[in-house]
Amino acid sequence: MAILVGSETRVVVQGITGNQGSFHTAQMLAYGTRVVAGTSPSRVGGREHGVPIFATVREAVEKEGANASVVFVPARFATDAALEAIDAGVGVLVLVPEHMPVQDTMAVLAFARRRGVTVVGPNTFGVLSTEGRCKMGIPPNHIYRPGPVGLVARSGTLSYEIAASLSAAGLGQTTAVGIGGDPVAGLTFVDVLERFEADPETRAVVMVGEIGGTAEEVAAEFIHRMTKPVVAYLAGRAAPPGKRMGHAGAIIERGRGTLESKRRALTEAGARVAEMPWEVAGLVREALGARAG
Amino acid sequence: MKLYEYLAKGILRQAGVPTAPGEVVDTPEQARAAAERIGPAAVKAQVLVGGRGKAGGIRFGNTPAEVEAAARAILGMDLKGYRVERLYVEGRLDIAQELYVSISTDRGARRPLVMASAKGGVEIEEVADEDIVRRHLDVEVGAWPYVGREVARSVGLEGAQAAAFADIVTRLYDVYRRYDAELVEINPLVVAPDGRLVAADARLNVDDAAAFRHPDLPVVEEGTELERRVRAIGLAYVELDGDIAVMANGAGMAMATLDAIQHYGGRPANFLDAGGGASVEPTAQALEVLVSMHPKVIFINIFGGITRCDDVARALLQVRASRGIPVPVVVRLVGTNEEEGVRLLREAGIEAFRDMGPAAEKAVALAGGRS
Repeated sequence: MAILVGSETRVVVQGITGNQGSFHTAQMLAYGTRVVAGTSPSRVGGREHGVPIFATVREAVEKEGANASVVFVPARFATDAALEAIDAGVGVLVLVPEHMPVQDTMAVLAFARRRGVTVVGPNTFGVLSTEGRCKMGIPPNHIYRPGPVGLVARSGTLSYEIAASLSAAGLGQTTAVGIGGDPVAGLTFVDVLERFEADPETRAVVMVGEIGGTAEEVAAEFIHRMTKPVVAYLAGRAAPPGKRMGHAGAIIERGRGTLESKRRALTEAGARVAEMPWEVAGLVREALGARAG
Repeated sequence: MKLYEYLAKGILRQAGVPTAPGEVVDTPEQARAAAERIGPAAVKAQVLVGGRGKAGGIRFGNTPAEVEAAARAILGMDLKGYRVERLYVEGRLDIAQELYVSISTDRGARRPLVMASAKGGVEIEEVADEDIVRRHLDVEVGAWPYVGREVARSVGLEGAQAAAFADIVTRLYDVYRRYDAELVEINPLVVAPDGRLVAADARLNVDDAAAFRHPDLPVVEEGTELERRVRAIGLAYVELDGDIAVMANGAGMAMATLDAIQHYGGRPANFLDAGGGASVEPTAQALEVLVSMHPKVIFINIFGGITRCDDVARALLQVRASRGIPVPVVVRLVGTNEEEGVRLLREAGIEAFRDMGPAAEKAVALAGGRS
């Protein structure tokens, strides 16, 4: 089993003929994802990597049974794309673009809540399930292995680093989820932790957080009540206040969002907090061992 | 993107929020002329830093001569690293009480948030939590007058004042939406002796991601010269005060790289995210920036997912060939096309690391060890 996506997921790629959309469609197909349709204003009726191209998401849903969408259009068109997908009735929406206006994101999330749609991102690497061979987004195919660890992160590359170190240590993953680097996002750490807690295949969770906002502190309140062990790594110890560290959301504002506050909350909740990314795999092994014994 | 006070005030005034009369000037003579029209005035430095008053960036004058003298004193001042080049001369307000009101985006709640306090005039983070009223809004509903009425009552206002306050909340929300604001804040919102409410200071921060919808807003460049230069080539960059120049791919990796340097006792000189899938050219441009910083060591930390290791190696060799790199370079390179990247570097006499920790440790040692 996996969370959010799996073998039953039928993906439509919005913006399938763009550079990013085309490249990652090939990668998603190579991973085993059932990409059933794409949309693009050009080349309607044609194919991209063998995938049929439609003018609208509604047609992709009606004709190919798409039930999930991954958006690769440029940020300024992403709001329209997101609303279109929600209105067309997909169940899962992955928003890859970085730099979507935050107030647009709020409007998209409000509409999604009303329609019961799960939104991942924006500014996310997406979701990957090893068991279901389903990838919606951009993580590299070769670093993941099937296994007992649920992985949830704000950042892409940092989570790849940690996923690869887990795989190298023989600790595969059930699902990897990116909640994204934006200040306002659909899925939160808590949403993902809840799903991992309920997923029978997931035996431990790795959470990769960073400075900015209070999502990690809120997650800590949930971790208190979890039965599965959680290992966390938090990036941004060396970040000065008031500066955006690449991600729009990675900023210590008005004294909120400091690394120390997050570390304290997570430690008090019983999570094992790694000082450095390369310590994560060891802590997971220790946590699983402790649990088994 | 932060807007100068005078721009924020202009937008608020246009939206119907009461403000004092004011003029933007950039010479003492203009300040004097403005005071002749306005009367007793506050002379306020237009820089994007908080706490201008305490730092000497706001002075008062009762006569045109006094206003001119105040302007002369402030213009050219260094205010927390920013040179004052422009002033706002604004009619002086008599103050009975100072309130606070703002609308911002609450990240966690994923909703707009109205905040208000009867204890305005100081930075809101210095106000005790129990003295702040918080009220979330629904983006699909917005700020109808009743929200303002309720908040007005909560901060102790009554009658005409409560109505005026409620009206300001509605107008602030209009500005928040129309300008894609992250924050629109009036602090203080002055209660004059005659009971009128007037916005005495204002902040308006616009979401950078929405700037394309506001081509009319003047772009206010923030940060140091180097920060602006790197951002102009489309990369995320923050200047720090250490001596190890850093490049990594992805924001999270770049942050973790700084943390690793600090972990081993070193001091990073910068944050630079070369992008999650950068090709040769932008990577070479980023490297050139690092070289121009004259660091003691350059540390490149790449986990190639979408980024290809051979592209990074080629960029490094290209910069070395074209302009030379006069300091040691420590490279950690794993992931996509790793073998080719490592081979290219080895042929050029650079031994790449496989693991991030030992690489960071080496960079710190080359920079002179623990500081």
